[in-house]
Amino acid sequence: MALDQKTVARVAMLARIKVTEADLPGLATELSGILGWIEQLQAVDTSDVEPMTSVADLTLPMREDVVTVAAQRDAILANGPEANESFFTVPKVVE
Amino acid sequence: MTDILDLSLAAARRALADRSLSAVELVGAYAKRVEATRGLNAFITETLDHAVEAAKTADQELASGDAKPLTGVPIGIKDLFCTKGVQTTAGSAILKGFIPPYESTVTERLAAAGAISLGKLNLDEFAMGSSNITSHYGPVKSPWTRAGDDRPLVPGGSSGGSAAAVAARAVLAATGTDTGGSIRQPAAFTGIAGIKPTYGRCSRWGIVAFASSLDQAGAMARDVQDCAILLQAMAGHDPKDSTSAPLPVPDWSAALTGDIRGLKVGVPKEYRVDGTNPEILALWDQGLAWARDAGAEIVEVSLPHTQYALATYYIVAPAEASSNLARYDGVRFGQRVPGKTLDEMYENTRGAGFGAEVRRRILIGTYTLSAGYYDAYYLKAQKVRALIARDFREAFQQVDVLLTPTAPTAAFALGEKMDDPIAMYLNDVFTVPASLAGLPAMSIPAGLSSDQLPLGLHLIGRPFDEATVLRCAHVLERAAGFTARPQGY
Repeated sequence: MALDQKTVARVAMLARIKVTEADLPGLATELSGILGWIEQLQAVDTSDVEPMTSVADLTLPMREDVVTVAAQRDAILANGPEANESFFTVPKVVE
Repeated sequence: MTDILDLSLAAARRALADRSLSAVELVGAYAKRVEATRGLNAFITETLDHAVEAAKTADQELASGDAKPLTGVPIGIKDLFCTKGVQTTAGSAILKGFIPPYESTVTERLAAAGAISLGKLNLDEFAMGSSNITSHYGPVKSPWTRAGDDRPLVPGGSSGGSAAAVAARAVLAATGTDTGGSIRQPAAFTGIAGIKPTYGRCSRWGIVAFASSLDQAGAMARDVQDCAILLQAMAGHDPKDSTSAPLPVPDWSAALTGDIRGLKVGVPKEYRVDGTNPEILALWDQGLAWARDAGAEIVEVSLPHTQYALATYYIVAPAEASSNLARYDGVRFGQRVPGKTLDEMYENTRGAGFGAEVRRRILIGTYTLSAGYYDAYYLKAQKVRALIARDFREAFQQVDVLLTPTAPTAAFALGEKMDDPIAMYLNDVFTVPASLAGLPAMSIPAGLSSDQLPLGLHLIGRPFDEATVLRCAHVLERAAGFTARPQGY
């Protein structure tokens, strides 16, 4: 399946990655090449096969719904690029 | 006494225990070696001062009889494991300056066992690569060069810093992680041993996630015994990782009996693909002969869906990566590039923060998971993955372990294979199937190519049967008697 530049731009928007106009043609070629290569899976008969979601053959464990770590607001905020007082900050989203 | 750096982890541990060597001497020798090999770019962050201080405490513990299994042993940590108070980058610009407020379970266990970290080792960005050239912190150079050709070679990837540091004797052993071959392929390229245990053996908690259904931590060291010792300290159930296996960890050092008489060693016929390098095939045959000479029985088996493993992997892994890497949004950690709106801030941050290979994989993953394509790509790949796992289950009804080459070639030079992403992906042809099935697998150094570069043999075992993989690897390692060292290192 060949991807055109418009599709690549749309996928980049979905992934929230800024891609310059200049990068689009090269990316379209690369991604089309990879998708063409993985297309070979269509040749495998999987009609009676259950999809495999995990190799771990176990039921997800339950645990007590209790707090296991002490409050550490300052430690968590320390890595925020523009943390302010006790909050992470983002550009204004509501006018 | 021989040079301190010549001692294996096992031998260094004995010397520490009988006090013929102090931890201060041992760690000091390695700290000097780290400085002397900086040209390899194996480390992103060194913690040598802290290591030298820790060695003093280790000596007190050794003197008072309070030593733990790895007390005083200097190791390196792949920079994908979160380490409290020490920068953790995952090889990416987007995490530059990230100081985790917590410690990964694996590194916490290693510290509890007494191991001393010399620092954080370079890797392909977010562990995506087979050459270590995708790291934002620059490529790692292998300590090896081809005979008569001094062009720098790649150490393999993604655990390339770990591999180069072990091979250059800048650490006694190192942690790695393996999603499609990222421990085994660099181990083969640099002439060291490396084991990826069964999915679920080592906790993934605190390891920067790439593809959660495949990621698994493992050990890289000079030989099989050292790998067994390091892995012993890393593995075990952890309630903080819901896919961690609630199983006891056997004594892997005790599994190295040197006896594989009667063991059934499988040879997957589909791995003998057309165009495989004749040197690789010859080494494989040699490995089978060593196993036979040691009393094992060689059995040909069929893994019919092998040819689809790489394509399956390159759908599953990017899809999981695109989801996992959604967290790098410039809000809670890492770098932020401002924008007028929230979406623009996200796009600017992620556009600047991710390198070309990571961007490529996120875009592929986003596309294959998007509405209208999910069934054709992701669901299809999950079904083929089920068939690949079934192939292995059936083969393991006939045999105890599988023997294959680790990589289709020896190490390549920086700059080779760089233009075509698919040519790079083919490096993982022998390692990816075991990853998809979650099986334990190990590479050991077994011979040299015609241009004097290391080549590896690869063993794959049943789920949670690392013991048989290690036992067989140990016998083959002895038979191979690999003693070559990188020139100049």
